[in-house]
Amino acid sequence: MGTAYLDHASTTPMLPEAIEAMTAQLGQVGNASSLHATGRRTRRVVEESRETIASAMGARPSEVVFTAGGTEADNLAIKGLFWARKRPRILISAIEHHAALDPAHWLAENHGAVVELLDVDEHGRVHPETLRAAIARDPGDVALVSVMWANNEVGTVQPIKELAAIAHEHGIPFHTDAVQAVSQLPVLFAESGVDAMTISGHKVGGPIGVGALLLARGVDPVPVLHGGGQERDVRSGTLDAPAIAGFAAAVHAAVARRAETAERLAVLRDDLIGRVRQAVPDVIVNGHPTDRLPGNAHFSFPGCEGDALLMLLDARGVECSTGSACSAGVAQPSHVLLAMGQDGLQARGSLRFSLGHTSTVTDVDRVAEVIGHVVERARRAGITSVSAS
Amino acid sequence: MLAAMSGGVDSAVAAARIAEAGHDVTGIHLALSSNPQSYRTGARGCCTLEDSRDARRAADVIGIPFYIWDMAERFHHDVVEDFVSEYAAGRTPNPCLRCNEKIKFEAVLDRALALGFDAVATGHHARLSDGVLRRSVDEGKDQSYVLGVLTREQLAHAIFPLGDSTKAEVRAEAARRGLTVADKPDSHDICFIADGNTRAFLADRLGAEEGPIVDALTGQVVGSHEGAFGFTVGQRKGLNIDRPAADGRPRYVLSIEPVSNTVTVGPRASLEVRSIVGERPVWNGPVREPYEPMTCTVQLRAHGEVYGCRAQLSGDQLHIELDAPATGVAPGQGAVLYDGDVVIGSATIASAI
Repeated sequence: MGTAYLDHASTTPMLPEAIEAMTAQLGQVGNASSLHATGRRTRRVVEESRETIASAMGARPSEVVFTAGGTEADNLAIKGLFWARKRPRILISAIEHHAALDPAHWLAENHGAVVELLDVDEHGRVHPETLRAAIARDPGDVALVSVMWANNEVGTVQPIKELAAIAHEHGIPFHTDAVQAVSQLPVLFAESGVDAMTISGHKVGGPIGVGALLLARGVDPVPVLHGGGQERDVRSGTLDAPAIAGFAAAVHAAVARRAETAERLAVLRDDLIGRVRQAVPDVIVNGHPTDRLPGNAHFSFPGCEGDALLMLLDARGVECSTGSACSAGVAQPSHVLLAMGQDGLQARGSLRFSLGHTSTVTDVDRVAEVIGHVVERARRAGITSVSAS
Repeated sequence: MLAAMSGGVDSAVAAARIAEAGHDVTGIHLALSSNPQSYRTGARGCCTLEDSRDARRAADVIGIPFYIWDMAERFHHDVVEDFVSEYAAGRTPNPCLRCNEKIKFEAVLDRALALGFDAVATGHHARLSDGVLRRSVDEGKDQSYVLGVLTREQLAHAIFPLGDSTKAEVRAEAARRGLTVADKPDSHDICFIADGNTRAFLADRLGAEEGPIVDALTGQVVGSHEGAFGFTVGQRKGLNIDRPAADGRPRYVLSIEPVSNTVTVGPRASLEVRSIVGERPVWNGPVREPYEPMTCTVQLRAHGEVYGCRAQLSGDQLHIELDAPATGVAPGQGAVLYDGDVVIGSATIASAI
């Protein structure tokens, strides 16, 4: 029995180009900061990678700050801009990834920040008026605004350009976490108008453990990591040349093939949704009906526990995610679904299927084959936490 | 099959054995608190973050899928709240017994069956074959007492792969299998009382209210206490009695009266009981329900002594007449009947005289 890997939003297989570029560097010695020939060779690899990423993302090379992944880039943007701006309010969408939400809450608990969550509609969308109203309460005391490009759980795409423009009316820096969007949507840094953008290697077919914060000129967050002063003095640490080379190759290939991939995934995804609906007529499809990541399908199965569904699907070779935060191993109802107005029960019965560059119709067939039976079984098991007698 | 894995050595070896026997095994760890840190930390408990990691690691070594099942609400309702309300009513509950009855072999088993599993395996030290529950070959580690409350139906879907092994053999086997929990200390005490201080745990929930300690022989108030719930029948230590008893002999708790918040004490002889009434009887052994008096043995608490007795069911009650007097028989504990090493039934002790 093969496995239908439908969890590309958590991590997607490396692209052959990325493996090749990375492995070519793994056997090489060199610190990009060294002044000798070996150092220069390594620096060339890093700088060419920077240029490749900048070009694919519509940014200047100097705007690319390498990090050890998306979480670090989000932390740098949110903490760094908060400290640099010396104003209390952080306006952040209620449906951000924990890598963005938790630094904001941490700043509130430890550094006097005031976190104001921007509400979303039932599709998970932040309305421009919501941001406008939040800023208007006191435009002078907002440190930054952070809204993700596309949501990692339900796939809803945000009106980033419009939101960034509103922040800019008041000179407020705007950060977006575009980790999920880069390989599936047209994402261009300068054109979008944002000041800071998080991207990640392993979500686009590059290696795990590398990412970048794209930072517009003149946007200078206070560093989170202090040390050797690499990366415009914003992010110290020896540059990981092999990972960066793999990352650049992946971004280049993913962006070059994006339109074609997105079209193919949308067809597969719509087929998946249609066939799940056929097998489970009362299923609820979450997220925006049209403005969503082409590889994302997110469902609530009434009367089921997401954990039970996941386990039963796993046993049948279908790998997906409950998308919920896993604190201490105990699944909590997703904050994203709760923010969209779902009740906790419905939120607990949710699953995310995310398609990527290796997905085929065989994967969809496998889901269609087993989902009806799996949901029926999970319904029989019910929802544990409320069945206390 | 579902293997309930606590993170300890026993359940890890139990899971490994059934997987090796060719069964399709899935490991689960029960999350019993939605805030795991609030339960016992360190190696002694059964529901900490470290335990869940140990269980996951063991499942990885065995090569079986592993999930965490959130049983926090059920556990809180059926075990923790029950524990507190039993104490409030002057009884001495055994939460492990209750957890087996209500969580592992009810909530978990029901869910497992609904999801398509055939049975739940645990690392309890007890033998079970053809539906007959027996003591472990390791008498010191035998846990048949805390399983004695299970019904025939529950036992029909239970598997205890360790009953034929001693604890030492289980540990040696764990080491041989490369399970890192091989030398993890045994769990003790009550897993949901973080610091092991049961009295403080109860005082937090029931409030500390001063009440009298009365000597049964003289009727005199001989001391005071901070809440009758803090005492167990048969207890001798920590009585806080102001003066020596008239007969100069040590005093033991004879009874706890929650409404008047009175603890009655007396000499050891007054503790002795010969006649026990049990409620909620469970008949799970290979013999018929004894509507006529039946000769067997009974165990009255975990790792307690075994007494010869005659037991008889009448209505919803189990009457037990002991051959020799027993002391420290506390209402709320389980009375588990044995025929040799075979469990034949059980009941919850309601009263004893």
